[in-house]
Amino acid sequence: MISALFLSGIIVWLAGALASLALWRNPAAARRVACGAALAGSLLDLAASAMAIFSGSAVLIDLPSGNPIFSWSIRIDPLSAYFNVTLAVLAAAVSLYSFGYLKEMEGRRNLGAFGFFYNLLLMSLALVFTASNVFFFLVAWEVMALSSFCLIGFEHEKEEARKAGVLFLVMSHAGTGLLLIAFLMLTSASGSLDFTSFHLLASSLSPLQQGAVFLLFLFGFGVKAGLVPVHIWLPDAHPVAPSNVSALMSGIVIKSGIYGMARVFFDFYGPPPLWMGTVVLALGVVSALLGVLYALMEHDLKRLLAWHSIENIGIILMGFGAALIFRSLGQPRLAALALIAGLYHTFNHATFKGLLFLGAGAVVQTTHTRNMEKMGGLIRLMPVTAICFLIGAVAISGLPPLNGFVSEWLTYQALLAGFGTTQSLARLMFPIAGSLLALTAALAAACFVKAFAIPFLALPRSEQSADAREASPTMLAGMAVLAVGCVALGLGATWFVRVFDPITQQTLGVSTSSAMIMARGLALSPGTPHGGTISTFGMAMIFIFAGAAFALPLAWRWKRRSVKGPAWDCGLPGLTADNEYTATAFSKALRLIFSALYRPRREIQAEYEVSPYYPSAIRFESEIEPTFEKHLYAPLRHRIMAAAERMRAIQAGSINAYLAYIFITLILLLLFGVRG
Amino acid sequence: MSGQIVTRIVESFAQLFLLVALAPLVTGVIRTLKARLQTRRGPSIFQPYRDLYKLFRKGMVIPETASWIFAATPWIAFFSTILAGLMIPMVAADAPLGLFGGVLAVIYLLGLGRFFLALSGLDTGSSFGGIGSSREMTISALAEPAMMLAIFTVAIGAGSTGLTEIAGAAIGQTWRFLAPAQMFAFAALALVLIAETGRIPVDNPATHLELTMIHEAMILEYSGPYLALVEWAASIKQLVLMTLLINCFWPVGLQPLWFGFGALIGIVWLLAKLLLLSCAIVLIETVNAKMRLFRVPELLAVAFTLGSLALVSTFLF
Repeated sequence: MISALFLSGIIVWLAGALASLALWRNPAAARRVACGAALAGSLLDLAASAMAIFSGSAVLIDLPSGNPIFSWSIRIDPLSAYFNVTLAVLAAAVSLYSFGYLKEMEGRRNLGAFGFFYNLLLMSLALVFTASNVFFFLVAWEVMALSSFCLIGFEHEKEEARKAGVLFLVMSHAGTGLLLIAFLMLTSASGSLDFTSFHLLASSLSPLQQGAVFLLFLFGFGVKAGLVPVHIWLPDAHPVAPSNVSALMSGIVIKSGIYGMARVFFDFYGPPPLWMGTVVLALGVVSALLGVLYALMEHDLKRLLAWHSIENIGIILMGFGAALIFRSLGQPRLAALALIAGLYHTFNHATFKGLLFLGAGAVVQTTHTRNMEKMGGLIRLMPVTAICFLIGAVAISGLPPLNGFVSEWLTYQALLAGFGTTQSLARLMFPIAGSLLALTAALAAACFVKAFAIPFLALPRSEQSADAREASPTMLAGMAVLAVGCVALGLGATWFVRVFDPITQQTLGVSTSSAMIMARGLALSPGTPHGGTISTFGMAMIFIFAGAAFALPLAWRWKRRSVKGPAWDCGLPGLTADNEYTATAFSKALRLIFSALYRPRREIQAEYEVSPYYPSAIRFESEIEPTFEKHLYAPLRHRIMAAAERMRAIQAGSINAYLAYIFITLILLLLFGVRG
Repeated sequence: MSGQIVTRIVESFAQLFLLVALAPLVTGVIRTLKARLQTRRGPSIFQPYRDLYKLFRKGMVIPETASWIFAATPWIAFFSTILAGLMIPMVAADAPLGLFGGVLAVIYLLGLGRFFLALSGLDTGSSFGGIGSSREMTISALAEPAMMLAIFTVAIGAGSTGLTEIAGAAIGQTWRFLAPAQMFAFAALALVLIAETGRIPVDNPATHLELTMIHEAMILEYSGPYLALVEWAASIKQLVLMTLLINCFWPVGLQPLWFGFGALIGIVWLLAKLLLLSCAIVLIETVNAKMRLFRVPELLAVAFTLGSLALVSTFLF
């Protein structure tokens, strides 16, 4: 039953991909077929994976391939099923949204090609999460990367889209290269290409190999996840893609890296050495903090959201890092808590970041700009989009009672529990990581005050913004699905944590949800003795009760006593959009405080006729230094180019020379083979 | 089971009454004491009640540029602050809504109120609102890590982030607050309290229409009942943070239960401790001048250092 549902989902996606390609001459049909197939495939996948989680055991699907090395083996265990649920929920909402979103592109762009790559991306993601054979996994991984590349560069007439696509492709392949080496090392140890043969295998390698495999996987998957310092493609690639693709990229494609890490760290490895968890935790903290700090300086709405993906990947990895440390200290229950925190945040991030990108897409589509400084006042013109975006903003800021709060709270609890261990490095690292998580969360709240208030509130800052129109009904429906998801995952936390039992049982051998659910499902606890409790449901009920009993009647009464008047304009004639605080101004204080990191540069040129106090024109330019690009990647690129320059000598263009190279290589390989 | 629920509900309403009734008084006492220390006569300690009464009866002017966010914010700020207040131990060690959240939930609920206040500051389109929102979010973000380190130190001592457990662990150890870790954490949290409640040297609560203002700039466009709600919420927030500080570190006089004669003793102790802390705040406000905005990060860096010292000293002692 599960395998039939799963396979029919895959087939529907594949059929949708081919059908929309075939219909490329008829954009309206291609759009309907592409989105319909994507939606249907997602629902099938959702049904299959939801059933798979609760069935508890792994579902195996082995299709014959006729090749001894390669096999189409699919294995849906609870971890795979969980990532598939995340994929299916997000993909269903995004596909619903795409019905309306793509309509505007009809006739202007090749929607057949779009539908092809879009469905292919969904299919390959489902296979990445379930493939249980190294070759099959890498094929799915590459199909995912290539279809992402085609979707990122979909608006290829823009130079930034082409550049971002190529950067993504280069980084992605560098990452895949690392993965390939790591998988080969595992394969040579196990003698099989099957994932099941790798179970706990990595821990039996020599310490040096173990460490090498770990780092290769960490950075190989880290490239996709957007881990600092291999994140640089992400803030370029996510914004230039069409917004429905951005939502998928940020919501689920980068999670393929997280899935890979979870698979390797908790399935291939047994209890790891302590340093591994420490490295993951430290990289998580750095990613979270740098992600949010760079997001604060951004006034491109979609780029800002992309930087926040790096932040949230950091928060997820803080949970994973803590889980690894607890595992090496022999604390499976605490490891389960930390793993749950990370996985919960993975799902949450897919919902709220998907929602925010869809909202941003609706805004960008109607205002024709990604620059927040040209928006404003959209809450009146796009009321539903505004509410959805606000729900996403509150959720991503980790504020109660929505889902971001629950997973961040669990992360805090995991970090705090670390102090109960006896290892002094862990005892010191955990609270410091916790305080930096607090800084990250507070900065994220500041950033989302900006990201909501500047586009949606106050007066429009440009004509496009003043003429904005509400998104179409299907787009709103797509956003509403994810908004409801944010609320449900927040209020239903005690119901949702049961989902993690099969996963922690599979990876760590413990199930903790019965200890985490308190007071008949009203309150959530970390499951540690004396751990605190929260009840997001209770908080929400109190808000609703107080709102209905006091706020609504009183507001109604006060309304009669209120008059509309102009806001205080300092006595100048009338308040205009020029007086408003801008996104750049909002983040000015933080730009100065963290100037050691940003190294801001600004240039002001004023033209005046009578006195410098009455300028007739001002040109203001401000930028911050892209630290990693400048200090890490620029020298690296320089070296590679220099090496390539020297390599040119052997590329003479003569066929004979090339044949000689091939011959020499062959001989060397044969000698190597004979010797081995 | 149902008896326990009834008890909780009664306790919640008792604490709710204490919060809303006591908060303006604390503000009034601080103002009067400060005036006396500066050899002014100052207003009566009941002035904040009169201000609230007056504001609630007035009409209000809503800026033309504002959206529904502007109208929803006072309520969200007020309710979230009250909800946070019900999660802290005030009179009894057992917080009435301790099940709904511990110290982390308190901080994040206050954060929810601040998030919406910052939005409403930008909602009006006036530059002052933007200035206030930007500064408020910046300072609170920088205060957060220091606060979390101090709280972690306390929570580690108690083994829980539940405030009932934290206060419970401190009861009976009267002199525990003299332990180095506790003192460092107390100092860090006290600095954070000053920043979070917008007091000198970080912000001046008595200022109006100055370019240095933070909180007051953010709420500049509010008038009438909405202003009353926002001001009331601000003084409740101050009371919540002050109570958190004194009852986490020095839970002397906390009663095991809310009922009977014990509650009266608990309230008297609470008032006495609040008065003591108010005196300290007044002293700090009087002998310091307001800092430049860009000196505030240094103050908060001091708080962070104190928090780290608190953490490290839990290893040593």
